[in-house]
Amino acid sequence: MSAPVTGAAKDAARAAGGSGAPSRRRWRKSRAGRPRPTSTEGSYALYLLPGALAFLVVIIVPFVMNTGISFTEWSGVGTPEFTGLENYDRLVGDEDFWESFRHSLAMVAAMALVPTAVGLVLASALFDFVGRHAGSRWVAVLRACFYLPQVLPIAVAGIVWSWILAPESGSLNELLGAVGLDALQQDWLGDPDLALYSVMAVMVWVQIGFPLVIFMSGLQRVDPALHEAAELDGAGWWRRFWHVTLPQLRPEIAVVLLWCTIAALKVFGMVYVLTGGGPGGATNVPSYFAYQNFFENFQAGYGAAISTVLTALILVLAVVALKMQTRAEDENG
Amino acid sequence: MTAVRKYPVLAALVLGAAFMVLPFVVVLMNAVKSPEEYSSDGPLSMPDGVYLDGLTDFWERVDFGQKLWNSVLISGSVALLAVVLSVLSAYAIGIGRIRGRPYVLAFFVLANMLPQESLVYPIYYLSKEAGLYDTRLSVVIVFTVVQSAFGTYLLSSVLGGFPREVIEAARIDGATKWQVLWRVVVPVSRPTIGVLMVLFFIWTWNEFLLPLVMLVSDDNQTVSVALGVLQGQRDMDATMTNAAALLGVLPAIAFFLIFQRTLTRGIAVGAVK
Repeated sequence: MSAPVTGAAKDAARAAGGSGAPSRRRWRKSRAGRPRPTSTEGSYALYLLPGALAFLVVIIVPFVMNTGISFTEWSGVGTPEFTGLENYDRLVGDEDFWESFRHSLAMVAAMALVPTAVGLVLASALFDFVGRHAGSRWVAVLRACFYLPQVLPIAVAGIVWSWILAPESGSLNELLGAVGLDALQQDWLGDPDLALYSVMAVMVWVQIGFPLVIFMSGLQRVDPALHEAAELDGAGWWRRFWHVTLPQLRPEIAVVLLWCTIAALKVFGMVYVLTGGGPGGATNVPSYFAYQNFFENFQAGYGAAISTVLTALILVLAVVALKMQTRAEDENG
Repeated sequence: MTAVRKYPVLAALVLGAAFMVLPFVVVLMNAVKSPEEYSSDGPLSMPDGVYLDGLTDFWERVDFGQKLWNSVLISGSVALLAVVLSVLSAYAIGIGRIRGRPYVLAFFVLANMLPQESLVYPIYYLSKEAGLYDTRLSVVIVFTVVQSAFGTYLLSSVLGGFPREVIEAARIDGATKWQVLWRVVVPVSRPTIGVLMVLFFIWTWNEFLLPLVMLVSDDNQTVSVALGVLQGQRDMDATMTNAAALLGVLPAIAFFLIFQRTLTRGIAVGAVK
């Protein structure tokens, strides 16, 4: 994030000034004055060595291997048999594969689009109404409530919700029964027509705190004079939201949308815990589909091909995200 | 903004916040009910008393103390080691301004973004070859590197704005690069380093896919993996599920309360994750 990183940099700079460091004293030695002790200690690049080696072993080699495996047929033991593009050929014709990516689009809606839209309204409501009229303590408590699901391990969030959504004596169905809406009781995670929507709803709950917090820190950057001017001109809250808040938060919105989209493409834990991709593949997603091929069907080559496609998609989005972030940083100075 | 409109908005926000925490309340209410009470009164009634046998049974059955210790050990080691690795790399990039810096940085960011699905199988295979499969060490190594990708990126941009005069002054006084790093750069960057350690700890605590694949034996599993596997097997009854949910939620809430200040500062910083 642009603004917060600059904030951290300022922290560091302030700490440097505060500790009585020479930066305050405003003198500079002439550079030619004394010899520097550089002869025996090597260059800065040496400090990159441990990181570079670690990345080679843990990231680069496995990544290259995985791409290599995707061109083979391999059960995980014995020698992989080179088959060229056969796995990718099979992917193109595999209805399960396409379905898993369609479910990814549903996850993008649940984890990027909805949380961004709701997060914007919530953030500006918290900032405008609660912050000005009820005090910052209220803002902190309410923000904490919305953010809480974000710190929960995804497996634990899954357990909580699978218990709430259980068909027999699950809290949701009991609640519906208690208020006389028995007709609405459902097998939320077991009905193939409903399961995907249930998972989506849970993901909205998980994700909403993230955009909220980012937008709230973005709102602190917006010049209050803009709002005051619009208010003087007689603009109501919604109009100010559309014409002042939204345009001002554009860099944050773009970054949040892209990061959340990437997170949505990676969803695994929630599907594993809530539905296991079921019923009948109704909630399968690419990363779970790859996992099944790796560890349940022992088709490492096919699993690798799925994860390679997923990776390519994510890397393209990541490059776009990086470009936009750099541009946002330049704009903000 | 009139006073008339302020209260409905506040009420709506409070309602929304209540809905967000409702699942936690329901879990807490039911974790202290006995199985009989649960089956007769259902999940929505207030508990009659505090019944803790369900919790202690579950604790002993899954050896939860061991799981907690594994999670603490793995997340703590990763937080520490990943910060050290990040500091070293970021020193070269942010302060040393080595050649090709933008490319090195871009590499670290992309590495951070890589889905673990594209690494998990080779890591699984290689760790078996190396005799590290099903050890906590393997998970510590992998996550140290994965988390330090983000740490390097963030610290590099912070150190890029480090006052040059401070470093030059120390150099003129005869400090080596190594001494400048540990006696000047690290102490001054402590706020950022603190945020990173907290984020690394919590992220590692919450990780699921890689630990699920790598830690198969009961003695090595983390809290997330143990609970996730139990749920995935669908062999828990309602009381057990509740105990599992509560025991999984409690550490997360504890971290949240302890680290709240660092976190709210850090979430914005850690937006990338």
